[in-house]
Amino acid sequence: MNTVAGVDTGSGVDTNLPPPAADAPGWEEESRALGHLLAPGVDVSHKVILYLEDISVSFDGFKALNNLTLAIDAGELRCIIGPNGAGKTTMMDVITGKTRPDSGTCFFGQTIDLTTLREAEIAHAGIGRKFQKPTIFENHTVFENLELAMKADKRAWTSLFAWLSSEGRDRISDTLKLIRLDTQAERQAGLLSHGQKQWLEIGMLLMQEPQLLLLDEPVAGMTDEETERTGELFKSLAGKHSLVVVEHDMAFIEQLGGKVTVLHEGSVLAEGDLATVQADPRVVEVYLGR
Amino acid sequence: MRTPFIVRFLDATPRSGWIALGLFAAVTLVLMPALHLFVPEDSPFHVSTYVITLTGKILCYAIVAVAMDLIWGYAGILSLGHGLFFALGGYAFGMYLMRQIGRDGSYQSDLPDFMVFLDWKELPWYWTGSDSILWSLFLVLALPGLVAYVFGWFAFRSRIKGVYFSIITQALTFAAMLLFFRNETGFGGNNGFTDFKRILGYDITAPEMRAALFALSALALMGTLVLGRYLTTSKFGRVLAAIRDAESRVMFIGYNPLHYKLFIWTVSAMLCGIAGALYVPQVGIINPGEMSPANSIEIAIWTAVGGRGTLIGPVIGAGLVNLFKSFFTVAFPEYWLFFLGALFVAVTLWLPEGVVGLWKRLRARRAA
Repeated sequence: MNTVAGVDTGSGVDTNLPPPAADAPGWEEESRALGHLLAPGVDVSHKVILYLEDISVSFDGFKALNNLTLAIDAGELRCIIGPNGAGKTTMMDVITGKTRPDSGTCFFGQTIDLTTLREAEIAHAGIGRKFQKPTIFENHTVFENLELAMKADKRAWTSLFAWLSSEGRDRISDTLKLIRLDTQAERQAGLLSHGQKQWLEIGMLLMQEPQLLLLDEPVAGMTDEETERTGELFKSLAGKHSLVVVEHDMAFIEQLGGKVTVLHEGSVLAEGDLATVQADPRVVEVYLGR
Repeated sequence: MRTPFIVRFLDATPRSGWIALGLFAAVTLVLMPALHLFVPEDSPFHVSTYVITLTGKILCYAIVAVAMDLIWGYAGILSLGHGLFFALGGYAFGMYLMRQIGRDGSYQSDLPDFMVFLDWKELPWYWTGSDSILWSLFLVLALPGLVAYVFGWFAFRSRIKGVYFSIITQALTFAAMLLFFRNETGFGGNNGFTDFKRILGYDITAPEMRAALFALSALALMGTLVLGRYLTTSKFGRVLAAIRDAESRVMFIGYNPLHYKLFIWTVSAMLCGIAGALYVPQVGIINPGEMSPANSIEIAIWTAVGGRGTLIGPVIGAGLVNLFKSFFTVAFPEYWLFFLGALFVAVTLWLPEGVVGLWKRLRARRAA
């Protein structure tokens, strides 16, 4: 199933992606040694940007993830749904290095083994994550939040002497317009409304220029209008970026129109477009059985 | 065009800050030393040795309080072991002061008196070079810096945070105190170092020397404030505050908090070392009591009273608490610790932002 409900996951996408890492041999080792080298790109020559295979995680005997296997294509917009405790957040923790899987492999592109990297290194490799609860820097201004997130050399020593260039300033103001916070730039981020905080966090994600965005309940607490606009934004990002969206809001998932994966008890229960998945008797059982 | 670094460094302190520093410099570098040295003792304008020494001591404490604030107020890491770094700086310079006594000690030996008393025949290896002021000044920075770096590396790498970190730092300074209490450690046991005679051959009790040490302490404090201002307003400082507020977010946007914490932690310890080295010749003694856990807790109280997360706050806090202490320990010596404890509780409950926070609130009220 290559083309799903309006999102082309096929060849049209590849032209937008950075070239494979073949032109920069050995960058991975270097990046690990220095911790913070910028990733020149991820090898997506097989169209897959993220590949989880047989991932299992258990906490005190509770299997949060149970032989989870999942592949996300480059440029795809994927929605993940599932009842509470299905393992959605744990899956994101595994991808971003917060939790180490007990078994299984987790590859970003063809070459980067995420289970061996630390959080900051994974962020540099090109994976951005938005948390369920908006986590922004409440005591910093909106502008500073974006500045800190901006793709740059993020070593401590460099930060001591860092100087915001005019290109950086322009990028921040572009993002401010995109997330419609351009009038709030100097405001303390903690004073924003819930919806605005969500947008700010999405903006911070974009400043990182990640190739893969993991979004955990991005529209929770947003008004209908804000939700609608967020959907438009995500659809415009797909293709250039790959997105994985965890959501409960079915209307929003319908608006996004991508492939849907249903998680249940730590593994994939069903996969396909929203209508197919919703018609699946096992999915109905899981949702209504609770 | 890129602005040269030194301009950016100095530019971080605003104009009002430079004016305040200028006034402070006029008083501490010119006025007070002059009144101490050139005004006769019977004149009401004479600044006595007691005042010079007490103020100089408080200036050293203020440096420690600012150093504490860099790590606690700006990075959210509460250290209850900063007295250790202060004492290490003091001991490093104290070794030099002991060597400067020469043969003027009670036993007229080349060795410091306590070593003669222990029947030691030669200096232990780690006293090598202690007769050189340059080596000693290097140790003043390097010793606290190295201890802090090694300790911090393990603590921050293991992601030890919050109250656990505080307790471990408390244990660290306590352990060091026990180590320095032993005579065999080679630092004078529980008596520590005292009876200093000279620095660079000049009499340590001469008014000129006191004035010079006082002025140096004031300069060191001003340098600490300008450095602190740059550090906290740079991108480094913004990342640091972000680590304090939402560490996991910082990691997921690609920063490794370890190096940020380690850097500010080490800088903070080195500043304490400088303060300790200036403190010891002024009070004339250093002993393991400086490493007692209560001392380190007191440092945290100065910072909390003045106001965390501001640079001027800790200076005010160190000044206020210590002036009170000088008065209290003479008037009601047995109640001082109760008062200190009550002060900490009161500040935590009613003045979470300290004196500076109170001042801001009052100003806001007047403006409204």
